[in-house]
Amino acid sequence: MKFSLSWLKTHLETDASLETISDTLTKIGLELEGVENRGAALSAFRIAHVIEAVQHPNADRLRACKVDTGEGIVSVVCGAPNARTGMKAVFAAPGAFIPGTGVTLKIGEIRGVQSAGMLLSAREMGLGEDHAGIIELPGDAPVGMAYVTYAGLDDPIIDISVTPNRGDCFSVRGVARDLAAAGLGVLKPFRPNKVPASIDGGPRWHIDFPDACPWILGRAIQNVRNSPSPKWLQDRLTSVGLRPINALVDVTNFFTTDLGRPLHVFDVGKLTGGVLTLRRGAGETIRALNGKDYIVDPEDCAICDAAGVQSIAGVIGGDATGCDETTRTVFVECALFDPVRIALTGRRHQIVSDARQRFERGLDPALMPDAIEAATAMILELCGGEPGPVVSAGAEPAWQRDATMRFARVAGLGGSDISADEAVASLERLGFTVRSRDTEKVTVAVPSWRNDVAAPVALDLSPSLSPEMAAKMAAACAVIEPECDLIEEVLRLKGLDAVPPVSLPRMAPVPLATLTPKQQRAALARRTLAAQGLAECVTFSFMAVSDAAPFGPTPDELRLTNPIAADLDQLRPTPVATLALAAQRNAARFYPDVALFEVGPAFRTDAEDGQCLTAAGVRAGSTSRSWARPARGVDAMDAKADLWAVMAAAGVPLDSLTVTPDAPGFYHPGRSGSVRQGPKTLLGSFGELHPRILASLGLTGPAVAFELNLDAIAEPKRRRKGAPDLPAFQPLRRDFAFLVDSGVTADAVLRAARGADRTLIAGVSLFDVYEGEKLPEGKKSLAIEVVFQPRDHTLTDAEIETAGQKVVAAVAKATGAVLR
Amino acid sequence: MTDDLLALKTETDAALAKAQDLRAWDAVRIAVLGRNGGLTGLLRDLGKTPPEQRRERGAALNQLKDALTAAIEARKTALEATALDARLTHERIDPTLPPRPRETGLIHPIARTMEEIAAIFGAMGCTLSDGPDVESDWFNFGALNIPAHHPARADHDTFYLPAREGKPPPVLRTHTSPVQIRTMLTHKPPIRTIVIGRTYRADHDATHSPMFHQCEGLIIDRDLNLGHLKGCLIDFLRTFFNIANLPVRFRSSYFPFTEPSMEVDIGWNRRTGELGNGTDWLEILGSGMVHPRVLANCGIDPREWQGFAWGMGVERVTMLKHGMSDLRPFYESDIRWLRHYGVNPLAPTMLHEGV
Repeated sequence: MKFSLSWLKTHLETDASLETISDTLTKIGLELEGVENRGAALSAFRIAHVIEAVQHPNADRLRACKVDTGEGIVSVVCGAPNARTGMKAVFAAPGAFIPGTGVTLKIGEIRGVQSAGMLLSAREMGLGEDHAGIIELPGDAPVGMAYVTYAGLDDPIIDISVTPNRGDCFSVRGVARDLAAAGLGVLKPFRPNKVPASIDGGPRWHIDFPDACPWILGRAIQNVRNSPSPKWLQDRLTSVGLRPINALVDVTNFFTTDLGRPLHVFDVGKLTGGVLTLRRGAGETIRALNGKDYIVDPEDCAICDAAGVQSIAGVIGGDATGCDETTRTVFVECALFDPVRIALTGRRHQIVSDARQRFERGLDPALMPDAIEAATAMILELCGGEPGPVVSAGAEPAWQRDATMRFARVAGLGGSDISADEAVASLERLGFTVRSRDTEKVTVAVPSWRNDVAAPVALDLSPSLSPEMAAKMAAACAVIEPECDLIEEVLRLKGLDAVPPVSLPRMAPVPLATLTPKQQRAALARRTLAAQGLAECVTFSFMAVSDAAPFGPTPDELRLTNPIAADLDQLRPTPVATLALAAQRNAARFYPDVALFEVGPAFRTDAEDGQCLTAAGVRAGSTSRSWARPARGVDAMDAKADLWAVMAAAGVPLDSLTVTPDAPGFYHPGRSGSVRQGPKTLLGSFGELHPRILASLGLTGPAVAFELNLDAIAEPKRRRKGAPDLPAFQPLRRDFAFLVDSGVTADAVLRAARGADRTLIAGVSLFDVYEGEKLPEGKKSLAIEVVFQPRDHTLTDAEIETAGQKVVAAVAKATGAVLR
Repeated sequence: MTDDLLALKTETDAALAKAQDLRAWDAVRIAVLGRNGGLTGLLRDLGKTPPEQRRERGAALNQLKDALTAAIEARKTALEATALDARLTHERIDPTLPPRPRETGLIHPIARTMEEIAAIFGAMGCTLSDGPDVESDWFNFGALNIPAHHPARADHDTFYLPAREGKPPPVLRTHTSPVQIRTMLTHKPPIRTIVIGRTYRADHDATHSPMFHQCEGLIIDRDLNLGHLKGCLIDFLRTFFNIANLPVRFRSSYFPFTEPSMEVDIGWNRRTGELGNGTDWLEILGSGMVHPRVLANCGIDPREWQGFAWGMGVERVTMLKHGMSDLRPFYESDIRWLRHYGVNPLAPTMLHEGV
């Protein structure tokens, strides 16, 4: 909310500086958005008298002037066509900064004539676009006076951001009250005189929707002349960014800002029938004052005459019954509306108005009678006329309530050493009145404008709580909340910087682990993948549904109903999808060879357990070129190596995994695999990306991917390691090359070999795969190394021979392999 | 030593000196110490020596044998050394060749910051809690004292998913605060926890991203007050930014889920971006004492328990700490940016090594 310093001072008696005021606003929670002090940049400019302006001897378009600045007479060369002898102008002395040009003035000589200053145009002062000539002031403008003072530009504009709880500070008076309470001066009294009615009649109110409008006042004024407002009112409104319209409308806008009291004015001549009814909307269309049409529904409160809806209550008035220069009889509305309904109506219709902003925060119900009197008085002053009686419907709601604060809680909750006396004094300055006080606590009456203090408790309890628990919680809030409200006021006025900081006491001499085992695993996965050579990315959780679909299910339940852009509408089925797009973007920047990973969510359903923490990676293009080894395209086994590395780090027992060629559809169907632990638990997958996906991404080189569902990994068991197996006898290594059908998997051969003698065989590894012309069609050779580990004696030749035969027999039985 | 022995010694020394490689040296060795070698012959002939001279000659021969063996071995060592030197003069690499490529990966700066935050608050006794990105209206708003009509909702620019059978539509969490609720429903106080994760708001420009990360903290105990809130956050900020005297300012504010609420500023120089110096203030996080309604909504009696909570943007503190100006590259996966700002995975955050 914006207001000018002079406006503030109509409510606040203070000699505090602008800086003190703005610092205090921030301190007490009325956050300063900015101070616009147009005068500050212009403060050096003075009113001057041009004693003489003659043609420059050496330049056609320039004039040589003698200027009386009030501090002496100087010579100034001026290019303005309107510079002439005898005029009053604005003078900038050497050393002054000219805001419109960004130049600091120096004494100069222009074509042989000294120029010790400058006469300014509006544009040069940053006050507009006018540069046709220098500013010309009336003849009685006092020479030597600061121009900003003369022009009234030395009134700084203060802009604060009002938090949703402080409806009372959406007014100049409310801000003044808070500043006064913070010790910055005295709040001036506001006691408008009652304006007696001089006529009878005018429209009447009828409330058919008391939930939305408990109380409404109105007053007709006849024979008004609605012309433009006087300058002081126009200046007030323009200073805070409002456009003056006509006196009647300007009066309503004035009180909206001045008292935080929105008013509305109807042109009685445009109303039909003598009654204005507040009722639910019924689907009618109304053209509002902003020129737009709205359809009011039964949740909206409409103000209607005999002809139909004339206003959306508390949000925006209707165009048809608004006041203009032809208005002769005006009807002033001063109402109390339900904040929740106003908020919902405003949001439904997407109308942000000054009235809505105030009504939805709630306003001072007790102010209404005074406000309508003040408005009447101002209308009579500006427009003349004869006022009718104040008419009303409904009644002032019971807003009176008390709040109690235990003094010990100022320290107990607030950590502050503010004394009981000081606390009570603060509350009294804010308008709270003491009802009772003892050594332990004070009970105060809450002022009518503070609907945020000791408000009715509205809980939204967890459904898991029992009815007894629910009642207990409501009872607890009923006592604690008002107390918190008061403590907040006391702390706020003193400033939170006055609360001494205290480091958190330790819970344990040495802190316990911060991360759960699962979180540790995710951290380790991240480090492992980075150590594997992949760069970590953070990509969006959402993407275009068309881009997501090739990577997995894209159920409607995971499509945003209000995406920020069409290409960010679907929660991704796997991070592989967004990483593939990342690879594409890098390729488009001529970085086709990238290795990227992400540890982030994959989305399956909208349920609580519908997202899985996934470690995923994409490698694209080739390995780096080097003198030491040739570059090669990435392949599925690169992805498998990444996946195995991260699984090993995550504590997955690699021996118990099964790999099957049934990977998801975004992989190459023949160059990919799924990984399971046990028969059921699907952990992840790896492989080349499907050529169709590569084509749609425009990736020319190969690209491979993997994903691992970290949530599917069983909780690691923390148990101590057993003693290491360190046999005293030397191991024996033997190589076997098997000829098998092409379809036989390496895994089958390795498993069979390992199972040939569980005690003697300590390890089996594959060291060669050959498929080619030296072998029969449909066959391949797999060469393995088997490590035999004797345990109690060195093996004899015969024993070695037997063990070898066992291996050959087991592999042959399992796979039909023949020893080469 | 008799002349013949002296002659053999002289001959051998000369022959050894002449031997320029191991083959020539071996010929000398065989000629002296071999089966038909000069020394071997002399030893064999010792028997023929008259008994009265035998003892003396035997001693002389032994002495000669030791001397010759030593000379031969010494020559061998010298020749080997020379040969090695000669070989090594041909064994040359270009030591300026680039090393064999070893691909090094990187940790994203957001993850790094999250690690640092967890380490610092962890040292204060906090655990790390998680929750889902897709939340119900109640967890994201209702339980946090943000009812449907609340003006604060308008500030949240919420993303919605399709509604189901009369329930309010699920949302992408607009803050990490719903995890506070989850924690309070599943853990009895005292509670010390932080939440770091993805959050979503419909806003997109140089300083807003539709997805970003928040860090949330929740401390519940019987007698921790606003002074502890201040101490905890000051301790965090000074450690995180590694500025021991970083100015920290607390301002009254309003959030629906805390009371009193405050915004926290740190001192900086707006023009240079330097933290800790200068006369400007920069808002960096929001905080407050947990609102009694929030405790009550979770079944925690606000007469018995109180505490505080805070929230801050992970990207924001990352940008400040590292002097980054634009938010958008965080999510673009531009390999050039990642290489510039990424962090060594083998240097994770450890308090004893410094944050």
